[in-house]
Amino acid sequence: MSTVKTINRDAESAEVGAGRPRRDTRSALVMIAPAIIGLVAFVIVPFIAAGYLSLFNVRANSSRPPVWFGLEQYHRILTDPTFYRGLLNNFIFAAVVVPVQTLLALGLALLLNQSLRFMSVFRTFFFMPVVFPMALVAVIWKLIFSRDDLGMLNAFLHAISFGHIPPIDWLGSTTTALLSIIILSIWQGVGFQMIIILAGLQGISKSLYEAAQIDTANRWQQFLNITVPGLRNTLIFVVMVTTIFAFRLFDQVYILTQGGPQNATTTVMYQAVTSAFTENNVGRGAAITVVFFVIVLTITVVQRRLLREDREVA
Amino acid sequence: MSTRPQPTGTAPVVVTANQGPSAARKAVNYLVLIVLAVFFIAPILYMFIGSLKPADKVLNGLAGFIPESLSLDNYAGVFARFNSEATGYFYNFYLTSLIVSVVIVIGGLVVNSMAAYAFARLRWRGRDAVMLAVILLVIVPFEAIAVPLFYLLNGSRNTYYVQFIPFVANALSIYLFYTFFVGLPKQLDEAARVDGAGPWRTFLYIIVPMSKPVFASVTILTFLSSWGSFLWPVMMTDQPRYRPLPLEISVFQGQPPTDWGQIFAFGVMFVLPLLIVFLVFQRWFVQSVASSGLKG
Repeated sequence: MSTVKTINRDAESAEVGAGRPRRDTRSALVMIAPAIIGLVAFVIVPFIAAGYLSLFNVRANSSRPPVWFGLEQYHRILTDPTFYRGLLNNFIFAAVVVPVQTLLALGLALLLNQSLRFMSVFRTFFFMPVVFPMALVAVIWKLIFSRDDLGMLNAFLHAISFGHIPPIDWLGSTTTALLSIIILSIWQGVGFQMIIILAGLQGISKSLYEAAQIDTANRWQQFLNITVPGLRNTLIFVVMVTTIFAFRLFDQVYILTQGGPQNATTTVMYQAVTSAFTENNVGRGAAITVVFFVIVLTITVVQRRLLREDREVA
Repeated sequence: MSTRPQPTGTAPVVVTANQGPSAARKAVNYLVLIVLAVFFIAPILYMFIGSLKPADKVLNGLAGFIPESLSLDNYAGVFARFNSEATGYFYNFYLTSLIVSVVIVIGGLVVNSMAAYAFARLRWRGRDAVMLAVILLVIVPFEAIAVPLFYLLNGSRNTYYVQFIPFVANALSIYLFYTFFVGLPKQLDEAARVDGAGPWRTFLYIIVPMSKPVFASVTILTFLSSWGSFLWPVMMTDQPRYRPLPLEISVFQGQPPTDWGQIFAFGVMFVLPLLIVFLVFQRWFVQSVASSGLKG
């Protein structure tokens, strides 16, 4: 981890009394104790427990002791079409949301990054859904997606198509259920990415654009040669966060579709929770959790590698 | 970035001369922004208007946006509906969310900033190894540990503390504090030390007062996630008394008879405190989100 090394070098230089080495070991240990105890008890221990429990047939609140199961849970998961359907849904969700949300956020950020009036008002509008908890977002959109012609979205489509688009059962049809969840997720999440990209844009030196204007580069050339390279790390970060978010998908599905219809919206996390909680099959839930973490870890490692390449180039 | 020109010699005249887009461009920009803004605001507006209308006028096509026969009946209806042990009292849900979020935020600020200070500005053996471990924990999402945690804490279901205790210590918060503290000039502590202050006094009287931006960022990011927390309460609570707002609204909307006016009134009361705080401290919200992206 090269990032850690650079960070620690920063810490070294920020240290007190570099000339006369003094240690504050006792104070330091007291200061880190509550955080470390919390992280060990509620992150590290359950993290290890996930791997351990996945090897057992185990139930919560049961008088029977856990039964050794070996890799049977993994075998069952990896031969279960429903699990693959969940995995596929996560991938579809990621494949749509990551590019669409990132491009939309980039577009909004570029629009807002101009020296025009009222930009902060528009920024407020686009950012507002971010403060809405997902449970509430799901409930509002449930009504918007209502299946008959009284549903807000159906009524809107009916009006703009002069009656040519018939009412759609958005959440109840296998073809549109996942799309509906994608739409409300983008609505809620895009403002967050927009702000991060906006910060990235403002970090690009204005002098670069001035130089480009002197060289009579047009807007498109400026965008490709200054904006995109300047945003590279920001965009990698946004893409990674959104991808991981796609695999964490749970709240919306639990509230709106319960994974249905016919598993059209089931996800890896939805199955982990229903296995452990609804079916009280903790071993299976834990095994799904382990698979989920392997996916998240892979995404993170890939992103780290991309960032490192960038450092070597620069 | 070897081609970067020197920023100093550029005349400011050039900037102002080339800045203003043409009137047509401006008009197109505003048009696009307004259309998009309408799409972003419509669902929120729908909820607010619907919360003030009779139930049968809410699910009503585009007429759902028309403010007609407005009243606060739905709000009264929510309080009337949740007024027994079986349904839970409305204040129960609020109290649960408030207790859980406040403990997570305040407890988290104390615990995580203290730890980050020890990592960033004190010398002690093993520091770098422990900090590396904390950074590695940042990549473990809660979803990856929710199931085993559900198993381990099963005996504590339906309590307040089980809803906040796992979230006080937070690797990401430590990391955010750490990067801020590392950036403060080291002369600060040196001066304090010369005056005879120990690590605790230096932290409390020198570092904390200088670190308001990072405290604000961590407060906002932590509060947003704890106020909306859903997955954990789904698994850990089934008694209305300990149900937080996000879980209760999902239960409410699934319970017949469905009254959308009341559900929206519930939603407004759920989000309004957050929305007001957001509009007042908007600058801080934006900065905290921006700062969360400046890592990596």
